[in-house]
Amino acid sequence: MTGPATRPVLGAQLPLVQLVDVWKTYTAGEVPVHALRGVSVSIFPGEYISIVGPSGSGKSTFMHILGCLDVPTSGRYYLGGTDVSHLDEDRLAEIRNHRIGFVFQQFHLLPRLNAWRNVELPLIYAAVDRRARRARALAALEEVGLANRANHFPNQLSGGQQQRVAVARALVTEPDLLLADEPTGNLDSRSSADVLAMLAELHRSGRTIVLITHENDVAAAAERTMRFRDGRFVGDQESAA
Amino acid sequence: MSWLDTVRSGLEAIASHRLRSSLTVLGILIGIAAVILTVGLGEGATASVNSAISALGTNLLIVQPGSSSTGLVRGGFGSLSSLTYQDAQALANKVDCPDIAAVAPQVSTVGTLVAGNQNWTTSVYGSTPSWLSVRGRSVQVGTFFTQADLAHDANVVVLGQTTAQELGLFSPIGQTVDIGNIPFSVIGVLSSAGSSSSTNEDDMAVVPITTAQDELLGSSSVNTIYLEAASRSTMGAAYEEATDELLALHGITNPVDADFNITTQSSLLQTATSVDHTLTVLLAGIAAISLLVGGIGVMNIMLVSVTERVREIGLRKALGATPRVIRRQFLVEASALGLAGGLAGAALGIAGTFVLPHFISNHISLSGSATAGAVVVAVAIGVVFGVYPASRAARLAPIEALRSE
Ligand SMILES: Nc1ncnc2c1ncn2[C@@H]1O[C@H](COP(=O)(O)OP(=O)(O)OP(=O)(O)O)[C@@H](O)[C@H]1O
Ligand SMILES: [Mg+2]
Repeated sequence: MTGPATRPVLGAQLPLVQLVDVWKTYTAGEVPVHALRGVSVSIFPGEYISIVGPSGSGKSTFMHILGCLDVPTSGRYYLGGTDVSHLDEDRLAEIRNHRIGFVFQQFHLLPRLNAWRNVELPLIYAAVDRRARRARALAALEEVGLANRANHFPNQLSGGQQQRVAVARALVTEPDLLLADEPTGNLDSRSSADVLAMLAELHRSGRTIVLITHENDVAAAAERTMRFRDGRFVGDQESAA
Repeated sequence: MSWLDTVRSGLEAIASHRLRSSLTVLGILIGIAAVILTVGLGEGATASVNSAISALGTNLLIVQPGSSSTGLVRGGFGSLSSLTYQDAQALANKVDCPDIAAVAPQVSTVGTLVAGNQNWTTSVYGSTPSWLSVRGRSVQVGTFFTQADLAHDANVVVLGQTTAQELGLFSPIGQTVDIGNIPFSVIGVLSSAGSSSSTNEDDMAVVPITTAQDELLGSSSVNTIYLEAASRSTMGAAYEEATDELLALHGITNPVDADFNITTQSSLLQTATSVDHTLTVLLAGIAAISLLVGGIGVMNIMLVSVTERVREIGLRKALGATPRVIRRQFLVEASALGLAGGLAGAALGIAGTFVLPHFISNHISLSGSATAGAVVVAVAIGVVFGVYPASRAARLAPIEALRSE
């Protein structure tokens, strides 16, 4: 099934994310690269969406725009009804801090901070006081099943555990939107299964999740799969689940 | 982000990059210590030269005979024998020369002194009782000769400490010393002048000028007349009065033909001071260069530090840090490193000013302004060289920073 990527039914609920004809063009080299060529999409609260597509099709670019890590070259991005496509650096930082949780393929933990200190980082920038930060970081680690590893440094944790710390860090601010760019790309199948089970659990508890993956079984875990090709959204399908 | 959290995370970053942090601190430290020590050396040299010169008597004017000329061959200053004891007495006249406080004519020769079976060759000066105050000397034991001794051509002598020792006179007062086979009675020993200059001021014999002229030299000319001005500010007036008086006495109308020459200690002092000033500027230049080199080292380390942390900066931005917060964190880091290096360097430099003089002969002054300035410069170096690359990194789009290797 192809067509506009707006979910037709879900009561009278407003979309959490709405992209309208978003283009992203990189002009670094000789020829401009159109990483996104007019993407329009809506994501509703509580959805669990997987994104698939060939390498270079613009999945990561799309997700960086969703996460306000980058801004569209043209088009509109409404997050919770507010146009965020042309905000200044400071406002974008605030949105990233309060509303978005990001999980990267390479974990991106700071090696010199232990698990709970890594998890508390976003709260520092939210000006939460130290005592509350620690409590919330420990609670987030508990949620991902790593309460007993709070004082371990990243190099003392397995890949799967590191990624779960990264998920805890993404969750600790209670964001509206959890974004994961190939979170299992660097993990073995067992750890992948752990992380996916965790995402499924988070979805059940009501979180909105967008997940990029190359693997079909991973994509199948989501309730809706979006396909990308050549910077365009080429259709979505509801999974059987 | 609160300032407390900013400071805490800055200090944590310093602590967790121990080697790099200590190299940065070391670079600043060496530059600062070098500044303090080199400036101190320069000022120390200035101070010791100044004190050496003022030890000679600061308000001193020195009158010497002019140069003789025989045909085209011109002798140096002092080659004429144009000055006399009468000149000195005229200069001591308070009516004509109110600004000259004291006058001491001096003749000098070299003589062999014999005491018992010891002999010693040294400078023998003939002068008047005011020699003591004009030359800034004092008598340690015994007395100096008096106007009465001058009137009687008394055969009395005052010895320098070294001279007395060399002659083996351990209780010299009342002993007899032969100078050129003429017996003199020792009436005093001078206090040590300290060896501030290269000529040993403690090795000499001083006798009444009349005795020296009549019995040792057989000449009535005077080698030098020392004049003491009442104060430093009246030196110019004293100089004028002495010139006029001597020109009149010698019957010379055109000052260009003067057969004498007057020099001042203050001109010596000025020359020495300007030499020392040059020296201080030179040393400060060396210090500034070492500080600059240290600063460039710090800049390199900071640049590397920021470059290898671009991904960390990207991640912090992705988690919600604003560029301002990132800049502040590096500001805290850089200024803490600069301050640590500056204070450690100041401590080392200050310690050096006290310890080094025990190993080298030079005196080193401690310059407060150089120390404070150096610490300020150190912090500035840290801040400029640390924050500039950090603020560039803080401006990077978070995703680009994250992707960097
Ligand atoms: N910073 C950049 N500068 C220039 N071109 C870029 C930049 N980032 C991405 N691109 C280009 O944009 C296109 C989309 O890249 P993107 O990373 O979104 O692909 P992707 O679908 O995530 O691929 P993969 O599955 O390999 O991760 C690619 O052609 C890529 O070369
Ligand atoms: Mg990608």
